[in-house]
Amino acid sequence: MDFLFNWLANIPPFAVPYALAALGLMICEKSGVLNLGAEGFLLVGALAGVGAILSAGASPAAALGIAMLATAALSLLFAVMVIALRVNQVISGLAIVFLAQGLTSLLGRTQGWTSRSFSGMPRIEIPWLSDLPWVGRILFSQDPVFYLTLVLIVFAAWALRNTHVGMRLRSVGENPEAADAAGIPVALYRFGAVVLGAALMGLAGGYLTVVISNIWVDNITGGRGWIVIALVIFARWQPLAALAGAVLFGGIEAVIPRLAATGFWVPQHFLLMLPYLLTLGVMVWSSLARRGRGGGPAALGDPFLREERR
Amino acid sequence: MSQAARSRAPAEAGAPALRMKGITKTFGDFVALDEVDFDLRNGEIHALLGENGAGKSTLMNVVAGLYAPDHGDIEVQGTPVRISGPQDARLLGIGMVHQHYKLVGGFTALENIMLFNPRGSFRQSRTAVRTAAADAADKLGFRVDLDARMDRLSVPEQQRVEIMKILIAGASIIILDEPTAVLTDAEAQKFFAAMRGLAEIGNSVVLVTHRLSEALSYADRITVMRGGRRIRTAHPEEVDADTLTELIVGTRIVEKPAPSEHVGAPVLTVSGLELTDAGGVVRLRGVTLDLHAGEIYCLAGIGGNGQTELVEALTGLVPPDAGRIDLAGHGKVTGLPPDRLRRLGLACIPSDRQGQALAGDLTVAENFAIGGVLAGRFGGALAVRRKPMAEAAAAAVRDFEVMGVRSARQKAGLLSGGNAQKLVIAREFSGAPSVIVAHSPSRGLDVRAAAAVHGHLRAARDRKAAVLLISEDLDEVLLLADRIGVMRSGRIVAEFPGGTDRRTIGRAMVGHD
Ligand SMILES: Nc1ncnc2c1ncn2[C@@H]1O[C@H](COP(=O)(O)OP(=O)(O)O)[C@@H](O)[C@H]1O
Ligand SMILES: [Mg+2]
Repeated sequence: MDFLFNWLANIPPFAVPYALAALGLMICEKSGVLNLGAEGFLLVGALAGVGAILSAGASPAAALGIAMLATAALSLLFAVMVIALRVNQVISGLAIVFLAQGLTSLLGRTQGWTSRSFSGMPRIEIPWLSDLPWVGRILFSQDPVFYLTLVLIVFAAWALRNTHVGMRLRSVGENPEAADAAGIPVALYRFGAVVLGAALMGLAGGYLTVVISNIWVDNITGGRGWIVIALVIFARWQPLAALAGAVLFGGIEAVIPRLAATGFWVPQHFLLMLPYLLTLGVMVWSSLARRGRGGGPAALGDPFLREERR
Repeated sequence: MSQAARSRAPAEAGAPALRMKGITKTFGDFVALDEVDFDLRNGEIHALLGENGAGKSTLMNVVAGLYAPDHGDIEVQGTPVRISGPQDARLLGIGMVHQHYKLVGGFTALENIMLFNPRGSFRQSRTAVRTAAADAADKLGFRVDLDARMDRLSVPEQQRVEIMKILIAGASIIILDEPTAVLTDAEAQKFFAAMRGLAEIGNSVVLVTHRLSEALSYADRITVMRGGRRIRTAHPEEVDADTLTELIVGTRIVEKPAPSEHVGAPVLTVSGLELTDAGGVVRLRGVTLDLHAGEIYCLAGIGGNGQTELVEALTGLVPPDAGRIDLAGHGKVTGLPPDRLRRLGLACIPSDRQGQALAGDLTVAENFAIGGVLAGRFGGALAVRRKPMAEAAAAAVRDFEVMGVRSARQKAGLLSGGNAQKLVIAREFSGAPSVIVAHSPSRGLDVRAAAAVHGHLRAARDRKAAVLLISEDLDEVLLLADRIGVMRSGRIVAEFPGGTDRRTIGRAMVGHD
């Protein structure tokens, strides 16, 4: 019982980065821009947060803000490549990952940020609610970003369906020709979606270091960016489903240290492999279940230029 | 914005609603519109006629703000305007239903109309548009389920949504690009009644079509375009179907035809081919024809009447649903895959040069040698011998006069249309095929390049190959054909000997017999 409780109470911090990054990626892809650079954006966010704290003495909240700004800045490069110059989106995304890996590792070392720990973000105990048995500790005594994430996801799910901006964003990703004929500035929407999406991924990355690990080491994101790409497919580009997926992956990550602690013997490496195995499973399952990119924006990955024949 | 559109001064009947002067539009070095003048009066239905590729859609896309003209002037209700985007067009009261609908498949009909017509907040917009749509549907006598997903609606229903969409936006200049191509006759009649209703209350309608009968019976005026030029504008009383056919297909003087000296026995026999595509549309309805050695059989017809599907069936890309294909000496070859057919001596020049015929990212040498590589002429399964390959390619480039090749290692995608086509021909002819299927091989080529392509086809025929040439260009057909078939609605509706006069063929093409 204790084990279960402990486990559940620890899922939220593990789920938050998945949820935020999935939301960011989803917003980007809703506009039709395929973004394989997620891992890179997470890394940049993670390092920027650490740098802000260690070198500028920023508060954790400010550090997260800086993480968002830094990724947004990097995403401008990606946006110019895929939207203005119409470079292949797959290649551009991969280029971002490699660029970010090299850059963060280099900066971490030259700035002396690597392997230095710092204090993170305190939890908020919501008065009264946090005293509730069970749910109190699981849901109402977490860090502020957890609450923000919930709000953002619910808001995004609503806004995509119930606002002009949400509808236009979807139309741009579904059929840019139709959106263009309806007078919607396709490139502008895509630009906005890329930058906003990257900022959210930066927040996710910053959360990993500023809130969870409180330390920077090379490639600290450990492939979560790739997992998120699968998660978004699994969630069929729906924010609420992505939240569920994030809880699933967060749950697995949260169980790993706890299982080991109970003395219940499972090969360590098998446990560490679990999230990736699950990712593979999800991909196989989703391609079998609906062949192709069911639920995805119809024009995902297609550049748009008004007079171009396709 | 729609408010602005509605507050425009009421249009005076008979006055010009739209006037275009000297509109020129080029794509790369291809001139799609060449100094075109066009005018549209308030209250009229104006038919725009022309063959595929005449420039009708391009001209109308200029009005709709989707294509920016290179130069030319546009006036709307007597005022000079600049239309630099779809938004501008809408503000001017211009609405276009495109040949390929601009609808978001995953959205409902209502969402599609809302996307085009934001009215205040999202909620307000939703109610306002629903009411407006119901009104419009009433007036036009349409019935559409506004909450159905667009891709679940039938094509005529989608068309109705498109029309409602632009009318709700306040369009008074209504452009319909080939609207009846997707309608049955009964649906088309209702459709025209609705359009007449719109014209009677002062709107003006452009009806793009290539059906003569529609233009003659429903339009107040008719403009004919050909090769990016406006040929003539007339009232329906002044012209008849024959005159229009001639205007549409042109009467340019034909270069010297050179009929075959010796036509041999049948090589390829096709009987009763039927094919329904993945979307359930019947494309081939019993195509029967035979090709003889040493002849060029030209299949004339307006594009989209089953030509592409016939080529796909003949070359083994798509197996037909019924019917059979026989190749002399090999018996029944129906449904054999493309590589088997190739080895039996069938060559193909597809219409999609850069898409199907060539791999643009590979080199000229690789594109040329792919057939030889498969046949094992340039090494085995493990290694390809590049040197003989490059040499063979270089020789072909010389023989077939492919220009613009700096080296055999250059990417094929960089070749211009005519030279890319020559490369395809060089490859296809390298195995001395006995049957050649060529689909619009000179489309988009300049006169010189087209003549070269024609020369190669004749040469192949003269060495006793059977050539099936599918073309929408009557000049080309008359120039090359030893025999002519006319394809319409998935059938071969008529056959003529070479040298038949163009009017007869043109008539069979447009189905006005
Ligand atoms: N966006 C484009 N890019 C390149 N070529 C184009 C484009 N749009 C039209 N064309 C070319 O312009 C010519 C006229 O096309 P179009 O106006 O569609 O003819 P149609 O009279 O059949 O509507 C064709 O040769 C076509 O290939
Ligand atoms: Mg057209």
